[in-house]
Amino acid sequence: MAKHVVATVDEIPPGERKIVELEGRSLGVFNIDGEFYALRNSCPHQGGPLCKGRLTGFLESDAPGEYRYTRKGEVLRCVWHGWEFDIKTGQSWWNPERMRVKSYKVDVEDGATVTSGLEKGPYTAETYRVTIEQQYVVVEIA
Amino acid sequence: MGTWDTKPSFVRSDWPLIDCDIHNTVPSLETLYPYLPDYWCDYCRESAFGGPEMGDYPKGAATTALPDTTPPSDGPAGSDLELLRDQTLDFWEAEYGLLTCAYRVQTVHNEDLAATLASATNDWQVEHWLEPEPRLRASLVVPSQNPPLAAREIERLGNHPGFVQVTLPVRSLIPYGNRHYDPIYEAAVRHNLAIGIQYGGAPGIPPSPSGWFSTYLEEYAGMGQVFQAQVISLVAEGAFDRFPDLRVALIEGGFTWMPSVMWRIDKEWRGLRHNTPWVKRLPSEYMREHMRLTLQPMDAPPEPKELLRMIGQLDSDEMLMFSTDYPHWQFDSPEEALPIGLPESLTKKILAENARAFYRL
Amino acid sequence: MKRTREKVPVIDSDIHNNLPSGDALAPYLSDRWRKHHETIGGRGHSGGSYPRAMPNAARHDSWPPSGLPPGADLPFMQEQLLDAWDIEYGILNPLMGAGGQLNLEYGAALARALNDWQIEEWVKPEPRLRASVVVPYEDGELAAQEIDRRGGDSGFVQVLLIARTAEPLGRRKYWKMYEAAVRNDLPIGIHFGGSGGYPISGAGWPSYYIEDHGGMPQAFQAQVISLVCEGVFEHFPTLKFALIEGGFAWLPPLMWRLDQSWKKLREEVPDLKRLPSEYIREHFWLSSQPVEEPPKREYFDLLLEQLNAREKLMFATDYPHWDFDAPDRALPTNLAPDVRRRIMADNARELYRL
Repeated sequence: MAKHVVATVDEIPPGERKIVELEGRSLGVFNIDGEFYALRNSCPHQGGPLCKGRLTGFLESDAPGEYRYTRKGEVLRCVWHGWEFDIKTGQSWWNPERMRVKSYKVDVEDGATVTSGLEKGPYTAETYRVTIEQQYVVVEIA
Repeated sequence: MGTWDTKPSFVRSDWPLIDCDIHNTVPSLETLYPYLPDYWCDYCRESAFGGPEMGDYPKGAATTALPDTTPPSDGPAGSDLELLRDQTLDFWEAEYGLLTCAYRVQTVHNEDLAATLASATNDWQVEHWLEPEPRLRASLVVPSQNPPLAAREIERLGNHPGFVQVTLPVRSLIPYGNRHYDPIYEAAVRHNLAIGIQYGGAPGIPPSPSGWFSTYLEEYAGMGQVFQAQVISLVAEGAFDRFPDLRVALIEGGFTWMPSVMWRIDKEWRGLRHNTPWVKRLPSEYMREHMRLTLQPMDAPPEPKELLRMIGQLDSDEMLMFSTDYPHWQFDSPEEALPIGLPESLTKKILAENARAFYRL
Repeated sequence: MKRTREKVPVIDSDIHNNLPSGDALAPYLSDRWRKHHETIGGRGHSGGSYPRAMPNAARHDSWPPSGLPPGADLPFMQEQLLDAWDIEYGILNPLMGAGGQLNLEYGAALARALNDWQIEEWVKPEPRLRASVVVPYEDGELAAQEIDRRGGDSGFVQVLLIARTAEPLGRRKYWKMYEAAVRNDLPIGIHFGGSGGYPISGAGWPSYYIEDHGGMPQAFQAQVISLVCEGVFEHFPTLKFALIEGGFAWLPPLMWRLDQSWKKLREEVPDLKRLPSEYIREHFWLSSQPVEEPPKREYFDLLLEQLNAREKLMFATDYPHWDFDAPDRALPTNLAPDVRRRIMADNARELYRL
């Protein structure tokens, strides 16, 4: 298990994302209303760069012609072919049980925790100069 | 029957058979006069109206009529009960034969006349076909260009036990998945009737997205793509979500194209689901659940084994229903009416059980 | 991001280059048509609006940093498509509606401008790209003139038509165009899209984009039927067609239906000497995208066999559109190596003589 410091909290405001490379794989880290989520940047369909896709909401319907649009900004639509994924779970809309993209545990940790973690492990922060004053987005890769 | 002397091997006393596509033909407009109100009789006479456009089956085209199906009375093939009974029900030893009258009242722009003609056609069907022959079941002809009027006709006769479906021509001005048609579906479902979409029609628009074909051959071979448009429309526009009991038979349109449509539309749906969010399952699941296809004409590959593989690609044993498409000429010997080499369980389903379940016979 | 998994050569038979702006064609138009272009502009068959699910029908990541529209920025296309996938050749199919113009003379002027623009701004600066001759196809004579004007340029490898035409393409009004294609030794590509002035299905106007997009094979079926039954290949025995972005699973059932129908109705078309499927097998190529995705691999294998995909299927990405197919993932990974090689590059190499 490794914990990677990928950004300061300020760097990914709500509704934004950051694409990062960790342990040789591309990930998208998303901020939805102050909560952070990370997904593998590769669509299970054809390997498209999923995390570069459009952010949208969940569109449901109780009957033809009726539209119920909720959870705006929590759905990611793949750049190739448009498959939809729930950013919070990695589940695809059309086959949530079997077709999903890998999601990773993300925490926000303060500079002190990160600093001590960097010394003793398991934290890594190749591109960050970590200071105690900041809060950091930390992705855990199991 | 004259053309065929020997019965095919699958006509057996222990295998029930239901023929899901037998065309009973209105011989002429005059036939309907006894069923038309006075005013409309006079209107037809005074305007020299000859009846709806009937370009779907050119009189002398080989596909239109098997040799020997023209009655001694000299009416068109499919217009004589005695001959039809002899050549279909008796020859195939059918438990039921489903009449699919193709009288195209939908081509008449005067919707009141169209509705009147539809009622007359249906009354004629009751008197001349259903009452004398208990093995026959029939399809209601409706003016689908005006759904409320069509629904009124379904209300009028939908409870008659002889009618098991409402028939619509596959060519339409507005695709059948559109909410425009809800009165028809509402009435059909309430009266326990299936919808039978059949070859042909003349809605005034070309039979292809790319204009009018020069030849009948092209129109005939090209009708498959109109069926495809209706299949896509019915699923995408939510007809089965609005009417979970809606059942649709695709009649005389071929069937080996069906898997390709399933694959394509399933793929589309995975990416464009949000375009029609009421479609909550794979479109192919709706198709398998709600749609059936009649067997003839078979758009079959030359190798019988390959045809079996194509049937397998439907991923359902329930979808195909036996039909002869009488009096149209679709096969040269009765043995060819059914794919060769089907397993027995599937044979029985195609011959009768699928139709029995679908039409609730 | 360089994708290296794909080891066989790749030829992309369907790339859409786009105009950077509305006035980008101005330098290529005569004064008379520049004025028209700026004042009246395009007028095609109207009434076919299906708002697409994605702006410009484009991949969300295909909007170049330069701010230009997807497909309009050559360096970005080089980076995102040609270099990333190590594409050996790419065939440009610009979709600017020249062929669908109601004003045929304007359509011809637009086609001329687009063709000159393609060579100057795409093929000359990027040797991996080849262009398609855009033509005002609703007028066979004007289309023939444009084919004769540009067809000799080695930068062009095909004539480009759109699937939804005003009449089925076998009809006589289009034959002068075929004569010119034969004269210039160019195959004809029929691409997804268009508007011929009629509803987009034989059942009328559907409501939703998924029906428009997913229903496109219907237009392709009509064109194949028409071209075969009208005897085009008896008159032009060397003419070849590429069906682009129409999918391909619909073709085998259509061949069977046509053959069955022809056996009964052949008297009506005495010009046809062979089974319709024989003409189809000889004269039609297909691009792969959008690849149908059957639920079982065996279905896909049978389909490839029925199509003679080894000889006739040509890989395409459809860049920069939203249903992009990736060279290394669109087809099953364990295809026989020679079949894979032919589909990914050699079939297009032979058809387009690359």
